[in-house]
Amino acid sequence: MSVDLSQFHQVFFEESYEGLDVMESALLNIDLSNIDEETINEIFRAAHSIKGGSGTFGFMEIAGFTHVVETLLDLIRSDQFVMEPDHVDLFLRSVDCIRTMINQLESGETCDMELADELKVVFELLLDGEKVSGVSSKTDVSSDGVHEENTGAQGWQIYFKPELDILRTGNDPVRMFRELSELGELSASAITNDIPAISGIDPEACYMAWNLTLWGDATEEQVNEVFEWVVDDSELSITPLLLGEESVEAQSEVEKLAERAATEESKSAPELVKETVSQEPSELQKATPPAAAKKSASNTPALKKEAKTESASIRVGTDKIDDLINMVGELVITQSMLSELGKDFSIENMPKLMEGLEQLGMHTRELQENVMRIRMLPISFAFSRFPRLVHDMSKNLNKKVELVLLGETTELDKTVMERIGDPLVHLVRNSLDHGLELPEKRLELGKDETGKITLNAFHQGGNIIIQIIDDGAGLNKERILSKAIENGLVTGNEHLTDEQINDLIFLPGFSTAESVTDISGRGVGMDVVRRNIQELNGSVEVESTEGEGSIFTIRLPLTLAILDGQLINVGEQVYIFPLVSIVESIQSHDQMIHRVSGGCDVLRLRNEYIPIIRLWEVFNVKPEYETVEDGLLVIVEGDNIKVAVLVDDLLAQQQVVIKSIRENYRTVNGVSGATILGDGTVSLILDISGLIKLAGVGRDSYKKINDSNDNEAA
Amino acid sequence: MATILAVDDSASMRQMVSFTLKGAGYNVIEAEDGQKALEKAKVSSVDLVLTDVNMPVMDGIELVKNLRTLPDYKFTPILMLTTESAGDKKMEGKNAGATGWLVKPFNPEQLLATIKKVMG
Repeated sequence: MSVDLSQFHQVFFEESYEGLDVMESALLNIDLSNIDEETINEIFRAAHSIKGGSGTFGFMEIAGFTHVVETLLDLIRSDQFVMEPDHVDLFLRSVDCIRTMINQLESGETCDMELADELKVVFELLLDGEKVSGVSSKTDVSSDGVHEENTGAQGWQIYFKPELDILRTGNDPVRMFRELSELGELSASAITNDIPAISGIDPEACYMAWNLTLWGDATEEQVNEVFEWVVDDSELSITPLLLGEESVEAQSEVEKLAERAATEESKSAPELVKETVSQEPSELQKATPPAAAKKSASNTPALKKEAKTESASIRVGTDKIDDLINMVGELVITQSMLSELGKDFSIENMPKLMEGLEQLGMHTRELQENVMRIRMLPISFAFSRFPRLVHDMSKNLNKKVELVLLGETTELDKTVMERIGDPLVHLVRNSLDHGLELPEKRLELGKDETGKITLNAFHQGGNIIIQIIDDGAGLNKERILSKAIENGLVTGNEHLTDEQINDLIFLPGFSTAESVTDISGRGVGMDVVRRNIQELNGSVEVESTEGEGSIFTIRLPLTLAILDGQLINVGEQVYIFPLVSIVESIQSHDQMIHRVSGGCDVLRLRNEYIPIIRLWEVFNVKPEYETVEDGLLVIVEGDNIKVAVLVDDLLAQQQVVIKSIRENYRTVNGVSGATILGDGTVSLILDISGLIKLAGVGRDSYKKINDSNDNEAA
Repeated sequence: MATILAVDDSASMRQMVSFTLKGAGYNVIEAEDGQKALEKAKVSSVDLVLTDVNMPVMDGIELVKNLRTLPDYKFTPILMLTTESAGDKKMEGKNAGATGWLVKPFNPEQLLATIKKVMG
């Protein structure tokens, strides 16, 4: 029977990545002065599984490399080797190396062995130092030679006396004899001398011994294999049966056996494993699909990058699935109840119908919630990369940092999770690089030498909040302001609150870093962070106290598939604003409206001038109220710009399921998607930043308005 | 049809073992650590146990020890899937009451041959 092993590769890759993550975080947590046994065990176990799996599935490059890693870990585990900081780094590099190799295998490329070979040399040097040589001695080969000679024998004379307990280990002599009989013609005679009197018999013990004669051309190795599991606890002698000779030379053989057992035991663990590993390749490669087959490694780092075939999959806890099945069951019951009711409906049944509909509504809601839960993953998936990042970065920057992760079990939609990773990395880098001071400076300021960065996640309402908190220097408001003036982002005439000043760092083209560092000065500013987060219908804010630190707060919707919307209407059309974008809604008075040269009306609200967008004009629909005074103004914010949108009326607030217009039609400016309302009509979901562009009230005109009004006021 | 309890914390190994055994006509019960295996062993009738050694929660050696205390598993063959050498782990397993071992890495054919050795 042949089994196609390639079908298990994806699972192996996934669990290997998980194992590597485990290794990485355990390595980062390790306290070298007091090494916790369980931590080392955990690291060892992960390496061990990867090695075992890669060997089984034919990835010998990984098996070979992981083997040396594992060997050293095993020595550390058994206290034969003292782990130092350098070794932690070596292991971390190995984790990276294995990850890269698996990545390459996953995309069907050949493993690049350069780094692995380099690291392997380092490991072997360390191992050599511990007198556990990686060079395998070949003592067993010579003994193999001896067995070879014996194959000329006509058969084997075997004396076998198992230990009393043999049955209690699940071994059964009868099974062994059956196996032997498959190798040739077997005759057996039992030696029953040791069986005690019936009163003294333990029914679970084996008191017998056997003399066995096996005729045929079986090799000694084959015979030994039958007794492989019991040889250490039994008296066993195997002597070649030569023509005409049938004597039992059990005694003389016992010594030889003891000798053999001794040599086998004295072989060190790594050697034996190495042997087994190196014996397998030919067979295992047969089972490997051509895509992953070993080509001459390292000289061609596979130029063509095959389109990654990995399908996006998600691991779901069985409890979640069970809940769903349960709920679908309830739904089916309700449905059958309703259809029963519908067969012969009379008005007396009205209360029953109402009850049924209510149940239907409840079950549907629950089902929806639970289906959404399937896509939810704990945020630890996004957090997990930070210990390593902070570890490496603090080393580069010579800063001492303690990273605290809170609320790791908070769940978040998978897509949101994938897209929040980069902004988070940027913010953490920023806090580490610009926020935290150098240790000396901190001591000078009377702070703890070690800075602290906290990542905190929690649910609030229908949102998830992620905070990046540092206890560093805080934002320097003066510098921010002067930089903003320099870059023409503000005029300097405005009176800005502290929050407004802090908010300036999110504007495009803003960077106060005096020199571009390797770490965060990558040409990506905070504006990109904010834009990325806004694309997820989220928001980001910063709070900061000079000298005490900063708190960046990211607010995200739990999912991208559902949106909390505010329904509004213009004439007969119903549109939807994302609820997060709405600042307030007001009924305007005459005095509040200013007409600016250039045709754009602005609303003056608490010393702020806000451009007005008439939705009916933008979408060219017939409204109930054409003038600003009659309708309602909804103040919304997008891209850091506030606009007042004229609508006829506010309708309900509700959760809407987002359907993509881009996928089904094409990109439409000012509209981010559509949804189907309860009455079956389609309603467009407004995209605020797109709407601002569409109406032509972008930043330039916004500034012009504020400038001209300031001048007017002055 | 004989039932085999396959215990390994690695999902890929479990799938491989399970797929191979099912293909050969065995019933397979899977468990991801010793503790879960023990629970499953108690409520099912198992003819052979295949267990990994290094596992979280409860390792293979502990599992063997625990299984041997159950009357139903006194004589049940228990094979360890191990990468360890002849020395420590194999003997530790044997002393705990394991029947034998299969050295990783192994291929499906080797697995079946070993199973056949104890199941006939």
